[in-house]
Amino acid sequence: MEVRVQNVRKEFDRFPALHDVSLDIASGELIALLGPSGSGKTTLLRLIAGLERPTAGKIFFGAEDASEKSVQERNIGFVFQHYALFRHMTILENVSFGLEVRPRATRPAKAEIRRRARELLDLVQLSGLEKRYPSQLSGGQRQRVALARALAIEPRVLLLDEPFGALDAQVRRELRKWLREIHDRTGHTTVFVTHDQEEALELADRLCVMSQGKIEQVGTPDSVYDHPQSPFVFGFIGESSTLPVTVERGDLWLGDRPLGVSGAEGNGPAQLYFRPHDIELVEADAALSGVVASSRRVGGTRRVELELGGSAHRVEIDLPFDHPAGERSQISFRPKRWKLFPAG
Amino acid sequence: MEASLQHRRVTSPTNEPASVRWALILVGLVYMALFIVLPVIAVFSEAFAQGWGTFFQSLQSPDAQSAIRLTLLVAAIAVPLNVVFGVCASWAIAKFEFKGKAFLITLIDLPFSVSPVISGLVYVLLFGSGSVLGPWLKSYGIEILFAVPGIVLATIFVTFPFVARELIPLMQDQGSGDEEAALSLGASGWQTFWKVTLPNIKWGLLYGVLLCNARAMGEFGAVAVVSGKIRGETTTMPLQVEMFYNEYQGTAAFALASLLALLALVTLVLKTALEWRFGDELAATGRGH
Repeated sequence: MEVRVQNVRKEFDRFPALHDVSLDIASGELIALLGPSGSGKTTLLRLIAGLERPTAGKIFFGAEDASEKSVQERNIGFVFQHYALFRHMTILENVSFGLEVRPRATRPAKAEIRRRARELLDLVQLSGLEKRYPSQLSGGQRQRVALARALAIEPRVLLLDEPFGALDAQVRRELRKWLREIHDRTGHTTVFVTHDQEEALELADRLCVMSQGKIEQVGTPDSVYDHPQSPFVFGFIGESSTLPVTVERGDLWLGDRPLGVSGAEGNGPAQLYFRPHDIELVEADAALSGVVASSRRVGGTRRVELELGGSAHRVEIDLPFDHPAGERSQISFRPKRWKLFPAG
Repeated sequence: MEASLQHRRVTSPTNEPASVRWALILVGLVYMALFIVLPVIAVFSEAFAQGWGTFFQSLQSPDAQSAIRLTLLVAAIAVPLNVVFGVCASWAIAKFEFKGKAFLITLIDLPFSVSPVISGLVYVLLFGSGSVLGPWLKSYGIEILFAVPGIVLATIFVTFPFVARELIPLMQDQGSGDEEAALSLGASGWQTFWKVTLPNIKWGLLYGVLLCNARAMGEFGAVAVVSGKIRGETTTMPLQVEMFYNEYQGTAAFALASLLALLALVTLVLKTALEWRFGDELAATGRGH
């Protein structure tokens, strides 16, 4: 089921949480709403679910206008950050709930409901735990039950709100892979909210990066990472270093020193962004040259913090951890790939 | 330095010496025995002072019987009404944001902070012969004051915070995640309430009902003001106890009183059992009373 969000605005007590947001979600894709807290990503997800009503704008499920439909009528599967499992029901009863509450006309027979619930528990690899209660499961297991419960109603869209947010790093990584597998097998259109860029980059077909109630950029993980369209996206996705520079006839200058980087458009002050690992060390004069302020080894790389132009600016660069330059007190480098945004 | 540390006995900083602990426990026990256990024993021993036969006989007197019936009737009306109201109010307060919420919470607590006599007098003012409502209702043959409706109203007023106060913190703590999950799975509002909300609050609710019932049956002050104390008609058990006592029918008074005391003990046992068994689920609520 494709989902179209059209010019949606949402205010809470006159405080705008979303400004005029539009987003097309293709059928069967796995899309991540990514942003810091307060960016409106969860609000957007809850609007798609029907747990909130938009102040303005429309939401379409396929060709059908779902804006006025209640959450029950939309037939969505929603997975909550804190699982929201029914604590007084067994795992099997939790998964069966969505089918049990259907009106008699569309409710499957008892045996059929049980069979489907068991099948789903099998899918989420929890067979054998049918009779347990949520409190007897680990966090990761609970979230898998929550997913099975959401899938039981054969939802048109699967919506996950920070599904791994309450789990520890190891379990997160496992569940991430596992969710991808489930998605590939069941093919549900899936929207998930996260503030964890690594999770989004690894899991999603497309990213929708949000900030302050607006969509900053939508695209595949690679395109968002390689071609960020705004300073916010550059800073939020992946590591970044930034410097205030001046453009003069295509060349970049930091104060009165040329950077040895050319090919820029425009003239005047601008903000230079580059990735700490996208640099090359050079011995030329026309380069960024800085004094090592600190140097830390992080796994296989060495992250060096440099002070440039006296101590006016600080940038970070990454070197292989055994690179001889890591021993020096002064390092000259040039960004290999970079991007300029208007100053300010 | 190290040697002296090893010699000293390692005790937790919050642990008092045994002598202090025992002294404190003793003070507590003596105090309890004097002010709580002794009176309860006195009630029962007075009630049975002239043997089982007199005890049952005095309970079977028409006045005692009618008082018991009236008390049960009042509780049977007041408690369910306050359960319905309490659940509605807690639901509204815990799950929605609206203007005047803090005011409503304060208002719910009002009966706890007002003297029961005042609570009774409010109804005298509202429905008395000098009021607007009283004579108007009377013209339709409806008696409120010095009749059963007045007693029920006063009892509802006095016992009205118990259920709501128990449920509000519980429901606030639970949030609306479970309800949202149920709705997203296609459940109607009604199904969500019966299958998800109610099971989540059932022990807290039972706890509130228990306290509400104990108070409804035991209320004296507010009921005394509105009842008019018409023998065999508008006297509840606590009122009848007082009447028997004033008429020097000690055994009858204490026999009836012993029933109330028994109710209190049963309530206490059930309450403790609930706290023991479902302490975790009740823990969220502030044990204020």
